[in-house]
Amino acid sequence: MSSPTDPPKTDKGRVISYVEALQEAVEQEMDRDEGVFVIGLNVDDHKAIQGSTHGLIDKFGPGRVIDTPLSEDAVTGIAIGAAMSGMRPIHVHIRMDFLLLCMNQLINMGAKAHYMYGGQVKVPLVMRSIIGKSWGQGAQHSQGLHAMFMHVPGLKVVAPTNAHDAKGCLIAAIRDNNPVVFVEHRLLYSTDAPVPEDPYTVDFGKARVVGEGTDITLVGISYMLVECLAARELLAEAGISAAVIDPVSLLPLDVDTITESAGRTGRLLVVDNAWVTCGAGAEIVAAVCERREGASPLAVGRMGYAPTTCPTTPALEKYFYPNAVTIASKAHSMVRPDEPEWAPDAEPTLPHEAVFRGPF
Amino acid sequence: MSGNVPADPETLARVYRSLRLIRRTEEEIASIYPSDKIKSPVHLSIGQESVSVGVCDILDASDVISATYRGHAAYLAKGGDLKQMMAELYGKATGCAAGKAGSMHLVDMGANVLGMSAVVGTTIPVAAGYAFALQREGKGRIAASFFGDGATEEGVFSETLNFASLHKLPILFVCENNGFAIHSPTSNRWATEALCERVRTYGIETQELADGDVFAIREAAGQAAQVIRGGGGPQFIECKTYRWREHVGPGEDYDDGYRTRDELEAWQARDQVAATGAMLDDAERQAIDDEVEGLIAEAVDFAEQSPWPEPEELYSHVFAD
Repeated sequence: MSSPTDPPKTDKGRVISYVEALQEAVEQEMDRDEGVFVIGLNVDDHKAIQGSTHGLIDKFGPGRVIDTPLSEDAVTGIAIGAAMSGMRPIHVHIRMDFLLLCMNQLINMGAKAHYMYGGQVKVPLVMRSIIGKSWGQGAQHSQGLHAMFMHVPGLKVVAPTNAHDAKGCLIAAIRDNNPVVFVEHRLLYSTDAPVPEDPYTVDFGKARVVGEGTDITLVGISYMLVECLAARELLAEAGISAAVIDPVSLLPLDVDTITESAGRTGRLLVVDNAWVTCGAGAEIVAAVCERREGASPLAVGRMGYAPTTCPTTPALEKYFYPNAVTIASKAHSMVRPDEPEWAPDAEPTLPHEAVFRGPF
Repeated sequence: MSGNVPADPETLARVYRSLRLIRRTEEEIASIYPSDKIKSPVHLSIGQESVSVGVCDILDASDVISATYRGHAAYLAKGGDLKQMMAELYGKATGCAAGKAGSMHLVDMGANVLGMSAVVGTTIPVAAGYAFALQREGKGRIAASFFGDGATEEGVFSETLNFASLHKLPILFVCENNGFAIHSPTSNRWATEALCERVRTYGIETQELADGDVFAIREAAGQAAQVIRGGGGPQFIECKTYRWREHVGPGEDYDDGYRTRDELEAWQARDQVAATGAMLDDAERQAIDDEVEGLIAEAVDFAEQSPWPEPEELYSHVFAD
């Protein structure tokens, strides 16, 4: 299945999936640098973190692909200590919800060590984490917690949405001398895109304009980028031209690119794969408005998870998340506020959801 | 004084010098403190010096330690720079962390002193992670992790013991059991006093040292380090000790009602600074004392004369290059 996003043209790209791109990034970096290692529960088993660590145990052995006890707090600290010594750990969490068990070490030690110790140590640590969705992921397997990490100085946060950026961002994260919270989404794993075989990096702090438009700027975070692109198609049928931007990296955030687009369209709608309150959308909208210094009126909007805990039943879950239909409807109301409410005549299910049938 | 007198006079002199340097440095910090020149919470190790000194004396310079917010003793015992420490307490640009650490986050990677932490227990897994790297390095270096009795109640302590034992990491765990978590006695916090027994269930050998005797601690740490260097995996020592001053600050707190001066006096009767000093002849002891006073005066002067960090330093070191 092809990716709905629009990765950059490359000379040597083969089409591979997001999960294959993640695996390739880690394998190539482990080849390049003996200090790179993978640590986390089940990183070495036959399921291989939904395929993303496939084959690493056979190639690099248990000394560099390390299964762990369920001790997220200690293992985070162990990864931080190893990072301080100059190694480059990749700590893997099969769901982002489990990062909450790492918060003390990650926030109190990892994020602060370089500053608190006056630059005497660096913490080149990658925290891989997967946001779940559908098939009953529910309350504790579906959370997008990236805004919590954006809040804390010393952490970088990236959320690539296609296979090309997944590989480039993961290599950049491994080579970065700071803790990087690497946000993956389970429904992106099967999407594919042209990906160069040779290692490369995708720079943090550079947003990607994945669709040009003149009436409204949609910013889609993580999997919501996919929904925004589908919404763009629906809006086109109604004669509305939507620009779509993938921030790729949330911290550092490319405020300039979003501001430039919003300035042209006069409307900015940020759709987050997380709750709205104090979320990345609030940060993006505020940063853009500050950057514009009131240059001209800007209509702004935010969408995200319903302000509820995520239910498991699909009967309720479908109302929990924004989707292409609700995004298009919201965008329409911002572009044509004087017209009656409108919703496209479409099913809000995307092919990627159709191929994900669980169990995990 | 229990009978652990060192065999060689060089060791005795070195141990006394380290004990004396820590004691006198902290007494000097306490005397400066009312001037408000040190704008940092200080958790003094006075009374507890023998744990850091006994352990660090058997470590090599290339070995690594981690410690806690009550970390002046470990920092100095491992060879951390005294002038940079004093400047750090003063908040000056020449401090070990350029004024961003204060007393609670001392660091000196040149002396292999990993940064300390103000959140109880947090440095335990970090030291284990460093030990993981030392194991892969394969040069026989080890890590020593100092922490208090309160830290053993944190989940991360048990988690780290398990991981370290599972992977036979080259790490010495050193519990400085001073009997209090701030003001809460272990009797309010522990179902049983059998800390070493708890630790042994992880497959880690333990030693318990009851009276703070610096040479007994040194001997125990030396035996443990030998096992660790031989690939035997982590070792644990519990050192009972006593904090003479208040939890944080320069003063005493025996009028606050949570402990008695009798307890203090029992520990003062076997004060390790005095006891080791008494083993030296007067001239040698005096020479060490004079040297220590000179070093402290030099460090205080360095801190006083050093510049403040420039305002733009607020923004340096948020991210590493």
